[in-house]
Amino acid sequence: MSLFLESLFNGISIGSVLLISALGLAIVFGLMGVINLAHGELMMLGAYTTFVVQNLFKPLGDPWFNLYFIVAIPCAFVVSALMGLLLERGVIRYLYGRPLETLLATWGVSLILIQFVRSVNWSLMIGVILFLTIIICQKPIIKLINKIYILQLGNPTEKIKTWLNKIPLFLAIIFASISVFAINYSKQDFFIKPWFGAVNLNVTAPVWLRSPIKVPGLDFQISSSRIFIIILTVICIAVIYWFLNRSNWGLRIRAVTQNRTMSACLGIPTRQVDAITFAIGSGLAGIAGCAITLLGSVGPNTGQNYIIDAFMVVVVGGVGNLFGTVVAALAIGTIDYLLGSSTIVALLTPLEFLKPLTEFFTFFSSSNMAKVMVFALIISFLQIKPAGLFPQKGRTAEL
Amino acid sequence: MSNIGRRKFLLYSSAALGTSLLLKGCGQNTDQTTTPTPTETTTSTPTQSPTGDGIKVGILHSLSGTMAISEQTVVDAELLAIKEINASGGVLGKQIIPIKEDGASNWDTFKEKAEKLIDQDKVSTVFGCWTSASRTAVLPIFESKKHMLWYPVQYEGQECSNNIFYTGAAPNQQIEPAVDWLLENKGKKFFLVGSDYIFPRTANNIIKEQLKAKGGEFVGEDYLPLGNTEVTAIITKIKAALPDGGVIFNTLNGDSNVAFFKQMQGSGLTAEKYPVMSVSIAEEEVQQIGKEFLIGHYAAWNYFQTVETPENKKWVANFKKEYGEERVTNDPMEAAYIMVYLWKQAVEKAGTFEDLEKVRSAAIGQTFNAPEGLVTMNSNHHISKTVRIGQVRDDGLFDIVWSTDKPVDPVPWNQFVPATKGYSCDWSDPKKGGKFKL
Amino acid sequence: METIINPQKNKQKNKRKLIIEGSIILGLTLILALVMPLILEPFRLKLLGRFLALGITALGIDLIWGYTGLLSLGHGIFFALGGYAIAMHIKLQIPDGQIPEFFTLYGVTKLPFFWQPFASFPFTFLAIFIIPAITAGILGYLVFRNRIKGVYFSILTQAALLVFFNFFNGQQKLINGTNGLKTDTDTIFNLVAGSNQAQIIFYELTILGIIVSYLLCRWLTSGRFGRLLIAIRDDEMRLRFSGYDPTPFKVLVFAISGAIAGLAGSLYTVQSGLITPETMKVAFSIEMVIWVAVGGRATLIGAIIGALAVNFGSSLFSEKFPEIWLFFQGALFLIVVTVLPDGLVGWVKNSGLNLIKNLLGIKPPVVTFPELVENPEILQEKEELINDK
Repeated sequence: MSLFLESLFNGISIGSVLLISALGLAIVFGLMGVINLAHGELMMLGAYTTFVVQNLFKPLGDPWFNLYFIVAIPCAFVVSALMGLLLERGVIRYLYGRPLETLLATWGVSLILIQFVRSVNWSLMIGVILFLTIIICQKPIIKLINKIYILQLGNPTEKIKTWLNKIPLFLAIIFASISVFAINYSKQDFFIKPWFGAVNLNVTAPVWLRSPIKVPGLDFQISSSRIFIIILTVICIAVIYWFLNRSNWGLRIRAVTQNRTMSACLGIPTRQVDAITFAIGSGLAGIAGCAITLLGSVGPNTGQNYIIDAFMVVVVGGVGNLFGTVVAALAIGTIDYLLGSSTIVALLTPLEFLKPLTEFFTFFSSSNMAKVMVFALIISFLQIKPAGLFPQKGRTAEL
Repeated sequence: MSNIGRRKFLLYSSAALGTSLLLKGCGQNTDQTTTPTPTETTTSTPTQSPTGDGIKVGILHSLSGTMAISEQTVVDAELLAIKEINASGGVLGKQIIPIKEDGASNWDTFKEKAEKLIDQDKVSTVFGCWTSASRTAVLPIFESKKHMLWYPVQYEGQECSNNIFYTGAAPNQQIEPAVDWLLENKGKKFFLVGSDYIFPRTANNIIKEQLKAKGGEFVGEDYLPLGNTEVTAIITKIKAALPDGGVIFNTLNGDSNVAFFKQMQGSGLTAEKYPVMSVSIAEEEVQQIGKEFLIGHYAAWNYFQTVETPENKKWVANFKKEYGEERVTNDPMEAAYIMVYLWKQAVEKAGTFEDLEKVRSAAIGQTFNAPEGLVTMNSNHHISKTVRIGQVRDDGLFDIVWSTDKPVDPVPWNQFVPATKGYSCDWSDPKKGGKFKL
Repeated sequence: METIINPQKNKQKNKRKLIIEGSIILGLTLILALVMPLILEPFRLKLLGRFLALGITALGIDLIWGYTGLLSLGHGIFFALGGYAIAMHIKLQIPDGQIPEFFTLYGVTKLPFFWQPFASFPFTFLAIFIIPAITAGILGYLVFRNRIKGVYFSILTQAALLVFFNFFNGQQKLINGTNGLKTDTDTIFNLVAGSNQAQIIFYELTILGIIVSYLLCRWLTSGRFGRLLIAIRDDEMRLRFSGYDPTPFKVLVFAISGAIAGLAGSLYTVQSGLITPETMKVAFSIEMVIWVAVGGRATLIGAIIGALAVNFGSSLFSEKFPEIWLFFQGALFLIVVTVLPDGLVGWVKNSGLNLIKNLLGIKPPVVTFPELVENPEILQEKEELINDK
């Protein structure tokens, strides 16, 4: 009984980590058909945010420091969501309908984000902010330039007009580069010292999240951080469920997921829906990043460790169905655990007549071979249900 | 915005980003050359020393990629040694010019860069590598070109090349004493955890043989793919194999260590009941994992920052002065530091830096008062080192709980493993060479 | 009607085009094969040879991505399989009864059974193509059979890559794990594989390999088969409706692409002297795709040019600015998919030439919609028109 409970708990806890990291991915993929290879890096940003919040809370002393993790969650959400929004507005919206190119572009973004956290310092940050400000406020600048041009030289031709419209971009480039260069040249330690560097960061959870919980009647201890992650995942799912099914924007998102053209015809601003969905998906990645600081390392490569498992969950779960994602994550988590911890072997060993089977599972009972087995299972599962657990029905579903 | 074509917009914005970053990079480069390390160059073109002709040496480590975190610290130590030597007059009256190359955590790149250093830059020696995979990748190059590599990291042994000097620990200077100590003080039952690559697997093979020979009990092992952070299954296995507590021997590397210790604490495996002996966790790693998770666990090395020798105090002070108060020193850094000095002594004894054969034979027998104590280069190209075991304490440094009275001589071919039992290595005698039967 | 181009003339024109193309290829081959070894120092020549080997992989990727629209993020598997095959053969060039040295470290005394056939060269030669092709075929069959495509396919190939990486990385007793197999100090055909003499031979073989794979791809993509591939890329549904089953074609082309990658892997391995599971890292396989994207999708020559350009660029850039190399790489991905979707070759074809001409003051000739001139249906109609008269 205890073995069963422990396996169940561990399976769920592994599954919940998978689920929380795949949740945002699944929503975005369901709506836009876009696989975001930078999802792991958005998680990493969430983890870095947690680190920053932790350091801000350190001087406050004990009672407050214990709460930093609660504060870090919304912060991580906001940071990652903003980055997601920027990503959508800056790159992805130009690539709709070209999912493979989006895949490559988001990989490029992930490389940039990895290097960004490695070498970000005040000078780089100032440059980026300057660049973005000019780009965002370019409309009035363009107007002003046009006015000046007309006053001085008369009506511009089409060709000159296109060049005039590019001036803010050049300005942005020049200003940003000059500022970065000048600040670097000043050699002020404050500006050129990297914030994080390439090293792994030390995020230490408050004591109440680190100490194991002893449950009476059970002969194993439960990790409080695992419980916390499970609760966090449940809350996230509940909120997302509520948002998708009870709110106005949720209604719109569901409408666009089901039939984009029809929704557009009915006056739903699909572009806005895309941006909001992407931001929410990225924000969820941020929360996931916050959660994984309880379990693993925080460094530039953090995201890469989780991303492929998250993809597998999405593939098995199917498109556009939250429930499918949940089941897929829990199933993969449990199977991975049962194989990797050799629980199956332990169960089978007493049964003499199943000896070949026992040997078979013993071969796959190490952590790395368990992964091989899980992949084989996923491939064979897709032979039966190629569109995932709960495929979309209806005429628009191509698969 | 709407007037600008999207492609053009993207072109310019990425160009902008690129330019600003390039400028930033350039800016950084200029900063780096003005930091107190005058010899440090980020490009492969060496800065010319005032005399015009210096001795070029290669520094071949990963400056980017996953291994950069560890290898950068070693580069720092090597550059510090070179700077000290240059400040005190150089070698044979010449300044040392280090040429840094980036192995980019990719064994193939290591090979390419090793060839470049030898063929194009014509360096006199190379200090470099961290992982066994990178070392074995460049080994054929150094052997076929009869060149010289100095390698600063503890490793799994089972190798003895005429063209490599190993200043890190061989297994009998780190792993074997640690196992002996654990058998004596902490228990007979061992669970082995490692990352899935060559060092942990070979090390664990040695440990298994040793346990067999010395009456310990091997209860299980598992290997995590590099970078994997889900260790629940391993913890279950440990609990099943060691219900009443026992020793965990840890050869995990990198990110997995963080996950392992965080989740061990979370599942209630305490340092008292399940002491962990690590061989890849030094002061630098303790900082990154978080000392809260490590207090009470053990590590085996030849050097800790807390070693009480006058040389060490001086070195730690110098290092902090050079690179900042918050920096710590560790074993691979110390090994990297001493190998530069050992090379310098060998060159001075040989009277030449160009005739590598002469330098090689001069290097054997060199002694140096290192921060860890006296070290001697043996005829098998490894060095005699003191072995120490430390326990992580509240400030993230190590309490040295045990150490050998005198330096232990290195044994590259392991005597517990049947395949290499009875073999030895001696490069001072051309008849014996890299692997001969005793 | 003078403006009408008669098909006879068109055929001649095509023939002339082919001759021009052929002579360009021949010229380039001669330069690469004969001139380069004379003017480049061995170190650089080796680099060029390696990059050309990578160019072969790019050809394979172009075949499935550029022409068929399948984005594989797992080509590292096939690359590595080819590399391991030749490395195992070279490792076995030792006196009878002995086994490669690394085995003794792990206490293995008997050669694993799957190593044995690799002692023979003909088997290895076939294995370089066939093993990757079969692996790709099986993977492709399982995936395409269920009409899994698009990003699903990409993600699954990526996952397969990870699985292979873990497997090769962990199996020390079989294939030396992380350290991989080194070929530099062993002999092949009584030549030390790392010697300059052998390296020149490998270099020439690489040129031969790239020519053969180019011609193969050219042949595959020009005829009916090629049009089918493009049809799969552009509208698989419609192809299905018109009575074709795309699955066998996709499996076949994926297997061919795998075989090409296997060839590339083996040529790369003998020149770099090392094959490790590193070649099955996720990043490497995605980089392969970007070579094709940079050079230009669906232009075979573009794939080769892209592979050479990106690799030379990266070996230069990462040397000078190791810290910001990732920024450049990331930006490259963004630029290629957004502003240069047709790659370098496509850009030159579409607008670059005109731009250059414009700058030189040459007015571009006025052309009608080019498809009209080349479209076979319209040509046929014209022909009929002429015949009617």
